[in-house]
Amino acid sequence: MSTLITWLRDPNPASRLQSKLGQSYLSWLRLRRNPLAMIGLTISLALVLMALFAPLLAPHDPIAQELSRRLLPPGTAGNWLGTDDFGRDILSRIIFGSRITLYIVLLVILTAPVVGLIIGTIAGYFGGWTDEILMRITDIFLAFPKLILALALVAVLGPGMENAVLAIALTSWPPYARVARAETLTVRNSDYIAAVKLQGAGAARVIWGHVMPMCLPSVIIRVTLDMAGVILTAAGLGFLGLGVQPPLPEWGLMISAGRKFLFEQWWVATMPGLAIFIVSLGFNLLGDGLRDVLDPRSTSK
Amino acid sequence: MEPASLPAEPSRLARLLRQLGATAFSLFITFIGLLAVTFVISRVVPIDPVTSILGNRASQAQIDDAREALGLNDPTYMQFGIYLRDTLRGDLGTSIRTREPVLKEVGQRFPATLELATLATLLGVLIGLPAGVIAATRPGSLYDQAVRLIGLMGYSMPVFWLGLIGLLLFYGTLGWVGGPGRLDAVYQMSYDFEVTQYTGMIMLDTALNGRWDMFANAFSHIILPAGILAYISMAYISRMTRSFMMNELGQEYITTARVKGMPERRVVWVHALKNVMVPLITVIALSYAYLLEGAVLTETIFAWPGLGSYITDALQVADMPAVLGGTVVVGVAYIGLNMLSDLLYRLVDPRART
Amino acid sequence: MTLLSVKNLRVTFDTEAGLVEAVRGVSFSLGRERLGIVGESGSGKTMTGRSVLRLIRPPGKITADQMEFDGIDLMRASEKQMRALRGPRIAMVMQDPKYSLNPVMKVGAQLMEGLRQRDRVSKAEARSKAIAALEAVQIRDPERVLEAYPHELSGGMGQRVMIAMMLIPNPDLLIADEPTSALDVTVQAEVLSILDNLVKTRGMGLIFISHDLRLVARFCDRVLVMYKGRVVEELAAKDLLHAKHPYTQGLLNCLPRIGGSRDPLPSLDRNAAWAN
Repeated sequence: MSTLITWLRDPNPASRLQSKLGQSYLSWLRLRRNPLAMIGLTISLALVLMALFAPLLAPHDPIAQELSRRLLPPGTAGNWLGTDDFGRDILSRIIFGSRITLYIVLLVILTAPVVGLIIGTIAGYFGGWTDEILMRITDIFLAFPKLILALALVAVLGPGMENAVLAIALTSWPPYARVARAETLTVRNSDYIAAVKLQGAGAARVIWGHVMPMCLPSVIIRVTLDMAGVILTAAGLGFLGLGVQPPLPEWGLMISAGRKFLFEQWWVATMPGLAIFIVSLGFNLLGDGLRDVLDPRSTSK
Repeated sequence: MEPASLPAEPSRLARLLRQLGATAFSLFITFIGLLAVTFVISRVVPIDPVTSILGNRASQAQIDDAREALGLNDPTYMQFGIYLRDTLRGDLGTSIRTREPVLKEVGQRFPATLELATLATLLGVLIGLPAGVIAATRPGSLYDQAVRLIGLMGYSMPVFWLGLIGLLLFYGTLGWVGGPGRLDAVYQMSYDFEVTQYTGMIMLDTALNGRWDMFANAFSHIILPAGILAYISMAYISRMTRSFMMNELGQEYITTARVKGMPERRVVWVHALKNVMVPLITVIALSYAYLLEGAVLTETIFAWPGLGSYITDALQVADMPAVLGGTVVVGVAYIGLNMLSDLLYRLVDPRART
Repeated sequence: MTLLSVKNLRVTFDTEAGLVEAVRGVSFSLGRERLGIVGESGSGKTMTGRSVLRLIRPPGKITADQMEFDGIDLMRASEKQMRALRGPRIAMVMQDPKYSLNPVMKVGAQLMEGLRQRDRVSKAEARSKAIAALEAVQIRDPERVLEAYPHELSGGMGQRVMIAMMLIPNPDLLIADEPTSALDVTVQAEVLSILDNLVKTRGMGLIFISHDLRLVARFCDRVLVMYKGRVVEELAAKDLLHAKHPYTQGLLNCLPRIGGSRDPLPSLDRNAAWAN
């Protein structure tokens, strides 16, 4: 183990891989010093684990109805977080719901930032009319209130998880395009880009191989900060009945279903919301911590 | 030695107007783009608008006539042109559910949302700004960490869930505030008859009419939803204020003020804060816009008859004209707020005027 | 008559990377004369200036065996007492008026601030005093300048405003931290001449901090040369060419002289031993 660490800390790395890994290791050490970020990381990891091992962790089937055990309060033996109006165990539903949440988040962060990165770098690199047009389009999407646009889209396309993901992704890409464009503009005129161009690299190669990697840190930071927002928007859509459809245990949907019993059986609506809150908080803490580590310009100390 | 004097003063008004013109034009383009998006969305609707009007049993001839009358046979760009023209004239279509013009319905519902968002933003600034300033002057302290944590929690909570918890706690359990709706049912009737509505905002109107009993009742109803939204707003505002303030406190002119012997209180709240207000204005406008979104989700919970619940209700019955009309209005409000914040920024920052 | 007496001044910063010592045992005294402090960036000269006014905030810490101004113990004075000193008795002019003046406040408001806030002077009287101060620094259109914002002023004018602002309450001691470093060479001469005149007529003590050895030697009576937080040499300005310390000699040697040899200028060979 310690030989690995010495290798990572080597001030004269022998290969690119070693240098990159070494840098990541140093960043990791700095992140580790931030207790809140560590809490965030723990929560995020817990979410992933919960989603992966849901069938093993959940005490009950999340969809099976047991009408003799309706609306039991939390603390009941076997139903630690209580049951809903169909007798389904809330804890199990939350655990399985983490799969849906994770799925949505993953799909969005694999699409929106990529699209935004491509558009932003192309706009920034080519400038001129390309830039104007692409940025106008970006501005139009930015000018839209995100949730409303997602609402309208899902309303039109019909409710469902894939449509919800599409709607969220469509409203999330503009900030990435802006960030990528800003980075590209800074990098575009530097000497090493000129050097690569002089070696005969075409535009595609320059952008893909040299400009985009420079934009990655900023984009990554934005992604971690956005993840909580994605979760909240997805929950909002679920709450309005526009996302995942029942009987799937999506957290927002569960809250909406629990509204009827708010005053007497408060746990049906409260517990899923608590899950959303904790997970969002975790991603936010992690995002803040990552930003402190990766972007020294930010002042949050 | 040549004594120094100022350069000739440029015509500030002319410059300001020109910049405003450029911004207005750019925003107009964005508005057209927004309409383009809603137009595309409205054409993607799987529901055939003709069948929804005529029903399933219409004959082919009737369908053809209807298609002609609705302009559905015209080329797309012409349809978009008509759509643009209609929208700019204020015709947002007719609600499928109520058969009323969408614009009229939106106009009736908008003030309620406006009242909510305005009060929430006011509260958010009133609490968030001083919190952020004080946190910035004591970085790393317990107070600072508390402010940051409370702010972070506000970012992480689903606003509709917070609304439900609030309703459960403050209305269901403690009974401190009024329930759903803007007024008690008792007052609702008399309100429509007895109060002259100047603004559509119940708090203002009742105050202007001198009906303090209704005012108190309206207050008890608005305070919870406004408070919830204010928390979200305050989280954002305090975070940004803190960040801006910390940035300003590191500037040289702060040292100058201290060198002049000014008390720290003045250095922070006059010198630094004046500079912080410049970017903060944009933040406040943005947070207002953000609250319009939050209203969409919270209004349903509090049975608040605003634009948000209008859109969500319309969604449940697939009343697309209403949904899209509402979307356009919110989009316009968004654009308007952007423009307002730009304008205010130029007014507040002397450097932006030249 | 000693105005300021400093013995064994130390300024340390407690950073993540450990303890950083910006000033390591600096001692000097000053009467109603002009003292220049010369050094490269990082020599601690700015920190020395700021310590006198106790402007250094945590994580920085000031310690000294003695720091006394006109009989007042600066080390033991409360923040309130220090505030009473800053402005009326000790003032500081900073390097770049683009940054050292508040960009969103009118120049007039900034000039009159001390008078109105601290001395409770009426608006009319403060205004006339401000105009007088601007005229003293050779600004021709004082009424216009009062209504202007700092970004509307040229560098030279901004610095004059700064000087005027600091001199309104008639302090006994002025600390000038690189007052001309941000200005064009031609403007430098003008501003220096104004400073020269004012210091002379008001009989103030002056600490002139700069990296420009020649400038300081011309302007001041005595010179302190600092390197890495320590004073390596202290001499009268007229004795500059007879400097004994190799660092000072090195600094002198790398300045070109009209009529001097055309050979390449020697570069400064730093010796770690100079940091003692």
